[in-house]
Amino acid sequence: MKNLKVTTAILVIAFIGFTAMSCKDGKKEVSNDEMHSEMNHDNSDGHHDGEENEMAMSDDQNGSSENILKDYFNLKDALVADDESKGKELGAILVESLDNLDVSKYTDDQKSELNDIIVDATEHAEHISESPMEHQREHFKILSKDVTDMVAITGTENTLYEQFCPMYDKGSAWLSMSKDVKNPYYGSKMLTCGKVQKEIN
Amino acid sequence: MRIVKIIALVLLVAFVGIQFVPTERNQNESVPATDFMLVNDIPKNIENKLKTSCYDCHSNNTQYPWYNKIQPAAWFLEDHITEGKSELNFSEWDLLSNRRKASKLRSIIKQIESGEMPLDSYTLIHKDAEFSEEDKITIIQWMTQLKTNL
Repeated sequence: MKNLKVTTAILVIAFIGFTAMSCKDGKKEVSNDEMHSEMNHDNSDGHHDGEENEMAMSDDQNGSSENILKDYFNLKDALVADDESKGKELGAILVESLDNLDVSKYTDDQKSELNDIIVDATEHAEHISESPMEHQREHFKILSKDVTDMVAITGTENTLYEQFCPMYDKGSAWLSMSKDVKNPYYGSKMLTCGKVQKEIN
Repeated sequence: MRIVKIIALVLLVAFVGIQFVPTERNQNESVPATDFMLVNDIPKNIENKLKTSCYDCHSNNTQYPWYNKIQPAAWFLEDHITEGKSELNFSEWDLLSNRRKASKLRSIIKQIESGEMPLDSYTLIHKDAEFSEEDKITIIQWMTQLKTNL
């Protein structure tokens, strides 16, 4: 009798367990379906010519190297301001803009070089998005080299200044839109350490 | 008391049950030509140290401990190995460009320097995987040299 009860209890628990699991799966499927229907909905809306053009334009903007530079400079400013959580956030945003770079208009050699830069920069941006300030700065150093090498290929509309701080990690460079030195490696500790070493464009 | 027995039984059933879930083994017959040890001229003592301390999670060949036969330990190991290899795989070293190699070497140096690697959970069981201060200095020096010569 006792054994029977125990067995029943196990069966009940097992049953509840399985039901709970299958419920989860069921929910997943539903949300997938929802996504599908939403996507279909979007497609059917895309008939307006105006909207399509707008989308194409914003896509173009998304895939440009200027977008990467914009996010890189925002990240640099967060490091200058010693803002760890902003740095994380902007690191994650940079991961996306790096991923979106459209390399189709470049030569094969440039493409492979750019792809290499993107893979490397993405890794550093990812680390920045999940690390404390000190680590963010270590990765920012190599990220800066990647972005500088990217600009050498893609060019840029704006004049950039390559700045250099001889003190941080045996000397480290970064890019800035302004001639004024604001040091992303030390922030408020040594804000103006460094000099402009090169003008780009 | 009966409740305790039931719970114990359920746990036992679950424990036996998960033993049947298969895991993937990270083992290969041959060492690929892209392996870190084959493409670099590496001193034997450093080679041995790296193989003992890093290769279980950062190459295509793991020397499994006995408890890998038991779940959930095997899952734990599988997770670590997958993650370790995605960060750095010594077996596929030469597939990386010089830019990527420099980045990886920087991370290797930093993490050995700070003692982040090898993981404490690993050296706890693999005592021989621990780096002495002397090991650290030798390896970091050699890695730094490799990075400068890229």
